[in-house]
Amino acid sequence: MSAPGTRTPEEKRPRPARPAGRKADTTKVLAIPKGRTGAARILLGRDAVMIYVLIVVVLYASLTIPRFASPVTVGFLLLDVIPTLLIALPMTLVIISGEIDLSVASIAGLTSALMGVLWQGGMPIALVLVLCLLAGLVAGAFNGVLIAYLGLPSLAVTIGTLALFRGLALVVIGDNAVANFPPGLTSFFTSKIGGTGIPTVMIGVVVLVIAFAVVLHFTPFGRGLFALGYSREAATFVGIDVARSKFLLYLATGTVSALAGIYWTLRYSSARSDNASGLELAVIAAVLLGGVSIFGGKGSIPGVLAGVLLIGTINYALKLDRVSEVVLIIVTGSLLIISVVAPNIASAIREARHARRVRTAPLP
Amino acid sequence: MRFIHSGSTRRRMAVAALATSAALVLSACGGGDTGSDGGGEGGSGSDGEQTITFIPKQLNNPYTDVVLGGGEDGASESGFASSEVVGPLDASASSQVSFINAETQRGTNVIVIAANDPDAVGPALEEARTAGAKIVAFDSDTNPDYRDLFVSQVDAKEVALIQLELISEQIGGAGEIAILSATANATNQNEWIKFMEEELASNPDYAEIELVAKVYGDDDDTKSFQEAQGLLQAYPDLKGIISPTTVGIAATARYLSTSEYKGEVALTGLGLPNEMRPFVKDGTVTEFALWDPAQLGYVAAFAGKALADGDITGEVGDTFEAGELGEREVADGGIVLVGPPTQFNADNIDDYDF
Repeated sequence: MSAPGTRTPEEKRPRPARPAGRKADTTKVLAIPKGRTGAARILLGRDAVMIYVLIVVVLYASLTIPRFASPVTVGFLLLDVIPTLLIALPMTLVIISGEIDLSVASIAGLTSALMGVLWQGGMPIALVLVLCLLAGLVAGAFNGVLIAYLGLPSLAVTIGTLALFRGLALVVIGDNAVANFPPGLTSFFTSKIGGTGIPTVMIGVVVLVIAFAVVLHFTPFGRGLFALGYSREAATFVGIDVARSKFLLYLATGTVSALAGIYWTLRYSSARSDNASGLELAVIAAVLLGGVSIFGGKGSIPGVLAGVLLIGTINYALKLDRVSEVVLIIVTGSLLIISVVAPNIASAIREARHARRVRTAPLP
Repeated sequence: MRFIHSGSTRRRMAVAALATSAALVLSACGGGDTGSDGGGEGGSGSDGEQTITFIPKQLNNPYTDVVLGGGEDGASESGFASSEVVGPLDASASSQVSFINAETQRGTNVIVIAANDPDAVGPALEEARTAGAKIVAFDSDTNPDYRDLFVSQVDAKEVALIQLELISEQIGGAGEIAILSATANATNQNEWIKFMEEELASNPDYAEIELVAKVYGDDDDTKSFQEAQGLLQAYPDLKGIISPTTVGIAATARYLSTSEYKGEVALTGLGLPNEMRPFVKDGTVTEFALWDPAQLGYVAAFAGKALADGDITGEVGDTFEAGELGEREVADGGIVLVGPPTQFNADNIDDYDF
């Protein structure tokens, strides 16, 4: 996995040497990023802070909640966060590129419904799984064509497909639920690696996490996404194929959402049209908490990983402490607002202070 | 859009965010630390220290609250050291699983659950049983493989027949009737309707009663109101309506009470006493039925206690005492029936508050 301090490209730009006097350069200070260098950059970056928060929460829960620090917790907790974590990966890329995908949970639901119907229809399970992944790919491609090639706003398109795919799921399976999946397969999806409590499927999830981290942080394609989110014009100008990049992203969210739908169905051994409903909001919350800017151009996979685990840990810890779910959603909601609003307030304050300084600075 | 890079501000904000989130978690955890924790920690095994946890379909639902009220009474009367209620805010299939997991880990002795999905909770309940918990399903059953007992409100057939009896009495044993149900694919509603139709066809007492229509109000107040209105326009000779759903019967009663049919067209079915009280008092409705939801929780708690004490294993024929409701027997399929539905009329409706 990449280092927690992986930075966004705009911070990697070569910059002029910092002027010596702070007071004297007030008229041009905005143009000069005053980023950290070296170790400070890795240890104090936004992702690193999320990881510290995660560690503090885990430590606190371990000390105060009986039975929290155990392999059993690890197992239950990870099984719970896997769908969020899976979808958060492509969602991170989508949001960094300045777009959004609200249809992910509906794609997962549609996949689940399809899986139930195909399996009940007597198809071999391997073929069912392949067809379900294909369905996710097609759903993603549908979003992708509308957004990337027809240039429609992703918010509007995916609000539409959120309803459309969920509706299709209802058409496919109706009010029925299919539960008789092969026991070997369903028990595999809840099995743990030895006594560690780590779910077996987590191996595959980790591979995906690494793959997405590498694509985002170490390939020209990933770098291009940051550029795209930061400024679409600039990205086009430097030769990034904007439409193709976006199309690929929606293919990825569609496919990974289908994967999450398959996981959901087999973990709960229940294929229903309302599976994973509301998951899109949990995913977006975790991604934003992980430091991805909703305006695009900023974010990292390690940060998002910490965000997902943080929400998962808080949820499970509070449940173990029998705190009502009402309190639980208030806590996660507050966390999200703090993490998203705080940087904006900070920059607003900075700007106001800067403006005042500019006004009061003596004319040359 | 603006990107400002400031080391100091970032750092300060980071520290603030960290402190705030830590504080949030601290305060939330603190709030949850009630006296019952001791029971949870030392709860496994030893007599008198047993704990019970209710997991309803969804929290903050008026019907559920009555059921749980009975459950808490039953838990304290039967001798549990502590009882807890945890559960999701939405009634989706998988939302109960992480609650079951957390309870498993706490070592709760008895889990009483109203399953949102008979299968989705299966693996989690299996793990809970492996850890030593007894599982009682109530209100809505799980797959029988995953629980020790299912405490059911009442026999479906009994519910169906009591409604037919009521309507037959109220229309004098002859005439056209209609059914206003919830949704077209509601399992329990359809089962009742099926029993009613069979009984109408086979029982000579009902030979002069004709079922002319079945309509669906989707458990939506407005839609049920409109369906009731439509029924009376479409069938001018209609003598009575059965609405086996609390939403439907209340909406129909509201329509009848303001129309010319008040007192002319009979209405019965399953209703909540608090909702139906005004209509019983103003003469729109003579008598309707419903099980007492509190008894459901009450019996479930006693069943849990009997299981945890090892008095019963959930075999057919096992019996246990359910407090003031007396002895209950485990029937086929590990089902325990709470009892016949209560009939509400002007004489007794003030005795109930739910």
